[in-house]
Amino acid sequence: MSDSKLSAQGLNLFFGKKQVLKNISISFKKNQVTALIGPSGCGKSTLLRTFNRMHDLSPDARIEGLIKLDELNIYDKKIQVTEIRKRIGMVFQKPNPLPKSIYENMEYALKIHNFPKQEIPALIENALKESYLWDEVKDELNKPAVQLSGGQQQRLCIARTVVLRPEIILMDEPCSALDPISTSKIEELIVRLKKDYTIVIVTHNMQQAQRISDDVAFMYLGELMEFDICNNIFKNPKNELTKNYVGGHFG
Amino acid sequence: MNNTIKNRERTDWWFRQLFRATGLLTIGLLGGIFMMLLLNSIAFFIHVSPVDFFTGSQWDPESAESKYGIAPLLVSTGLVTIGAMIIAVPLGVLTAAFLSEVAPQRLKMFLKPIIEMLAAIPSVAIGFLGIVLVGPGIAKLFGIQNGLNAMNGSVLLAVMALPTIITISEDAINSVPKAHREASLALGANRWETIFKVVIPAAMPGLIAAVMLGLGRALGETMTVLMATGNAAVLPKSFLDAVRTITATIAIEMGEVPYQTTHYFALFAIALVLFAITLAINLVGEYFAGRLRKFQS
Repeated sequence: MSDSKLSAQGLNLFFGKKQVLKNISISFKKNQVTALIGPSGCGKSTLLRTFNRMHDLSPDARIEGLIKLDELNIYDKKIQVTEIRKRIGMVFQKPNPLPKSIYENMEYALKIHNFPKQEIPALIENALKESYLWDEVKDELNKPAVQLSGGQQQRLCIARTVVLRPEIILMDEPCSALDPISTSKIEELIVRLKKDYTIVIVTHNMQQAQRISDDVAFMYLGELMEFDICNNIFKNPKNELTKNYVGGHFG
Repeated sequence: MNNTIKNRERTDWWFRQLFRATGLLTIGLLGGIFMMLLLNSIAFFIHVSPVDFFTGSQWDPESAESKYGIAPLLVSTGLVTIGAMIIAVPLGVLTAAFLSEVAPQRLKMFLKPIIEMLAAIPSVAIGFLGIVLVGPGIAKLFGIQNGLNAMNGSVLLAVMALPTIITISEDAINSVPKAHREASLALGANRWETIFKVVIPAAMPGLIAAVMLGLGRALGETMTVLMATGNAAVLPKSFLDAVRTITATIAIEMGEVPYQTTHYFALFAIALVLFAITLAINLVGEYFAGRLRKFQS
C-alpha cells in the first residue's frame, strides 16, 4: 500500500435514493495505468468522477466513504475543489476543446491557476510536445480548436490537462469517439505519460485495457468485483463474472 | 400504385409553390417598403441637397427658410439608444447568466414569467412611467427643472429592451454545451471563471443577436420617447437635455404636414436614414456572430 497514490475506502454513492456505487475500496498505484472495465451502467464512469469531485455539480448526488489523494481527504470541507481538480486532471469521453483557439485552450488552463505570464508560452509548447501534437499544430496555434480532427482534439484535451502538471489523470473512455489510428496514438501517449503521472482510465475496449494497463478493476452493478494486475484479470480471473465478461460472454 | 406517386408528386409541387410564394411575399414586402421610402426620399432630395440635410444643425421645417438638418434628430436617437444599451446590455446579459447558471430552479420559475410579462406592457404605459416616476426622479437626482430628457428615454427604452435581451441571451447561454462547462471545471476553474471566460464567450453569437434585437427595439420605439424625452429638436449637449428622436419626429409631424410637400417628403427621408441604420447594425451584428461561430463545433 505504500506506493498508493489515490484510494477509495468504503465508497457509496447515491443519486437521490438510487445507490450507484456500493462499498468500493480500491487503490491506484503511483505511475501506473489502472483500467476500470465493466458493462455499461456498472458505475465505472461514476466512480471515476468521484475522484475529481465532478459530482459536486449534481445536487442530488450523495457520497459516503473516504477518498484520499496521498494522505489528503479530497472531500474535506477545508479543501478547495479547484485545487483538487488541478492535481487530478480529467479527459472526457468526447473531446471537449473550448470554443477558442488551440493556443487559448492551453492558455486558459494556465491562466485560471495564475501561472506567471512569461512562462506560459514555453509551458504550452512543452505540453503540446509531450502530447505528440506540437508538430501538427505549431504553425496554426491560432486556429479554432474545433477545426482539428477528433484525435487531435483529444490530444489537445490531454495536453491541456498535462500542462497543469497534475499528479493524476482520469480518462473517461478517451478513445471511444475516435478511429483506430487516432486511438493507437492516444494509447501510445498514455503509456508514455505514466512515467510522470498516475493514470486511471475507463474503457469499454478489452484489447485496449490489455495493451495499456498495469492493473485492471472489473465492476458490475456498482460493485467492484475483482481488482488485480492486468494479466491475472484477463488470463486467470478468480471471479466467474469477470471471466465471463473478459471472455466476451456478456457486456 | 402509379397514381399514388403522381398524387404525392403533385402535392409536393403545390407545397413547394406555396413556400416559394410566402418567401417571395416577405421579400416583396421588404423591397416595397424600401422602394416607398426611397422614392419619397428622392422627391425630397430634389428640393433639398443631401449635404444640407446631413450637415445642417437645425431641424425647423415650419420656419420661413425651412431648415432640414437631420443632425439634431440623429444625435437624439443615438443618445437615447446608446444610453439604453449601456443600461440594458450588462443588466440583461448578467440577468440571463444568473437565471441560466446560478438561480435555483424555483427562483427561475418565478422570475422568468415576470420578465416576460415586462414585454407585454404597452409602450404608452411605459411613457406614463417616464412622466410620472422616472422623469421626476432624474430631475430630483440631478437637481434640474425637468426630467423629460435623453436619460429618461434611455432608462425607459432599457426597460423595454430588457425582456428581449434577457430571453434571447438566456436561450443562447442555455444552449452552450455542458461539455464546455465540464471542460472548464475539470481544469480547476471555479464557477465564475467558467461563466465569464467560457460560457458567456461561447454564447457570444447568440448574445450579439440578443443585443441587436434589443437595439432594434430601442431604435424603432416611438410612443415612449415621444412622451418622455421632451421633444426639443435641437442638438443635445448631454443626457440631461431634452431630445427628439427620428421616430418621434415622424410621429409628431406626419399628422400635420400637407400632403406631398417638401416637409412631407423630408419625413420619408429621415425614415430612410433610420432604416439604413437598423440595416447596418443588423449586418454588422451578423458579421461578428458569423466570425465567432467558426470557433464553435
